[in-house]
Amino acid sequence: MRYMMLIYSQENEAATPEDMHAVARAHKAVMDEALARGIFRAADPLEASSAATTVRLQDGTAIVTDGPFAETKEQLAGYYILDCEDLDEALAWAAKIPTACAGAAGCIEIRPIREFPRRVPLNA
Amino acid sequence: MHDHRATVEAVFRSESGRIIAGLIRVSHSFDLAEEAMQDAFAAAVVSWQAEGVPDNPGAWITATARRKLIDYARREQTRRNNENQLLYEYESRSNPNEEEMNQPFEDDRLSLIFTCCHPAINMEARVGLTLRTLGGLTTTEIARAFLIPEPTLAQRLVRAQRKIQQARIPYQVPAPGSLPERLSAVQAVLYLIFNEGYSASSGDSLVRRELCAEAIHLTRILGELMPNNPENMALLALMLLHDSRRDARSTKDGHLVPLEEQDRSLWHRDQIAEGIRLVERALGRRNVGPYQLQAAIAAVHAEARTAAETDWKQIAALYALLSASHVSPIVSLNHAVAIAMSETLEQGLALIDGLGSCGELDSYHLYHSARADLLRRMGRNREALESYHRGLALTTNAVEARYLRRRISELGLTSGIE
Repeated sequence: MRYMMLIYSQENEAATPEDMHAVARAHKAVMDEALARGIFRAADPLEASSAATTVRLQDGTAIVTDGPFAETKEQLAGYYILDCEDLDEALAWAAKIPTACAGAAGCIEIRPIREFPRRVPLNA
Repeated sequence: MHDHRATVEAVFRSESGRIIAGLIRVSHSFDLAEEAMQDAFAAAVVSWQAEGVPDNPGAWITATARRKLIDYARREQTRRNNENQLLYEYESRSNPNEEEMNQPFEDDRLSLIFTCCHPAINMEARVGLTLRTLGGLTTTEIARAFLIPEPTLAQRLVRAQRKIQQARIPYQVPAPGSLPERLSAVQAVLYLIFNEGYSASSGDSLVRRELCAEAIHLTRILGELMPNNPENMALLALMLLHDSRRDARSTKDGHLVPLEEQDRSLWHRDQIAEGIRLVERALGRRNVGPYQLQAAIAAVHAEARTAAETDWKQIAALYALLSASHVSPIVSLNHAVAIAMSETLEQGLALIDGLGSCGELDSYHLYHSARADLLRRMGRNREALESYHRGLALTTNAVEARYLRRRISELGLTSGIE
């Protein structure tokens, strides 16, 4: 089953290029391992929440606001999609994904991806 | 004529955990497994009356429930005209015969307990699922024991079962790497169930005793399934040693009797003997864990014929070990009390005051009542009174409040606080 792993990190402006490189190297290691195991489906980093725009449909009109959906200490910073046997395997992978930014700890939210049946009967 | 209803109930008590564990394994569903088991027990009431109780009642129930599962799958198949794994699995032998019913059935209870106590499920639901599936308690009984509205509990359980399915929480004993951590999560759930029954808060005392008995029963099962685990043995010992005092720790009219004042002839000797045997076995192994130390402390209390004979030096040493591996303000508080009893009251009080200045314990009623007890023993009654009152203001527990009021009135000082 595919699990989406949402990475929530503190956006630390004090992070140096060396910090960023270290995080990138750690991600590369996880991705390589997942690829080698054949369970890697996708992973991407996101630009900072200062680049976020939120759109909400209100009475048929799109209301556009600057910033992320919620102003929280930790912001969505990236994601992985891994194909795991069960939640225990997903938990083990999540523990390997770096979430810290220049020392400030973050966390991973694991969400199973809803799978639709391959054959949907048309006249059920 | 035999009362078969009683036989069916007895089989339910002793076998339902094992039966449901097996049914969850084949159906991949808590809901279907529960429904099938209930239907099978209902069928047993009728069938055993007519045909007599089978040689292996547990296997009879399992075989009947499995047939029910196939029936459900058929019905579902007809409804959805969709493929169903269960049906495929059983199609070839949809009529279980004598031979199948007499087969020994696999014990899936260990998988079940690890799934019910998975850290990805919230704590209340872990407790509820464990009691309902392994303990065979009804939602009504669990809600009453935990003083929560039944619909609230029912909804929590439905959500947890849905999560098990959707997030695919595995139905298996965890891999060796995560086993110690996951086992301590299981132990924590069982100990929480016991403490809920043991803590002298409001509620039906009979229900609470049953909760303790259930926790002991489940811990026994865990011990049978994972023998040689010293922390499992110690947890069982700890529960037995506490439970052995159940008749001595409150009066008939509901007054709390502190350990020191308990009539030790009311302690249940058989439980103490078993508890001490288990502690000795558990401590004979390496890696002394927190339950081993707590059980050892309970054993020292149990071995004292009178309160005055209590080996407080040993208790203080055990608490010191416990606080070294398990940093907790409550353990430190107990350590301070043991020092007061084994060394001097002044030393104990100094430790307690040191803990209070950290702030964490200041809102904990037992901190103030422990401090008050030491001051009372030292004859510093005015200060004791003040501490008893602070404890009284903080406790929400009616039985403990009554105990503190008794202490206050025994000090014989008038105060304008109450």
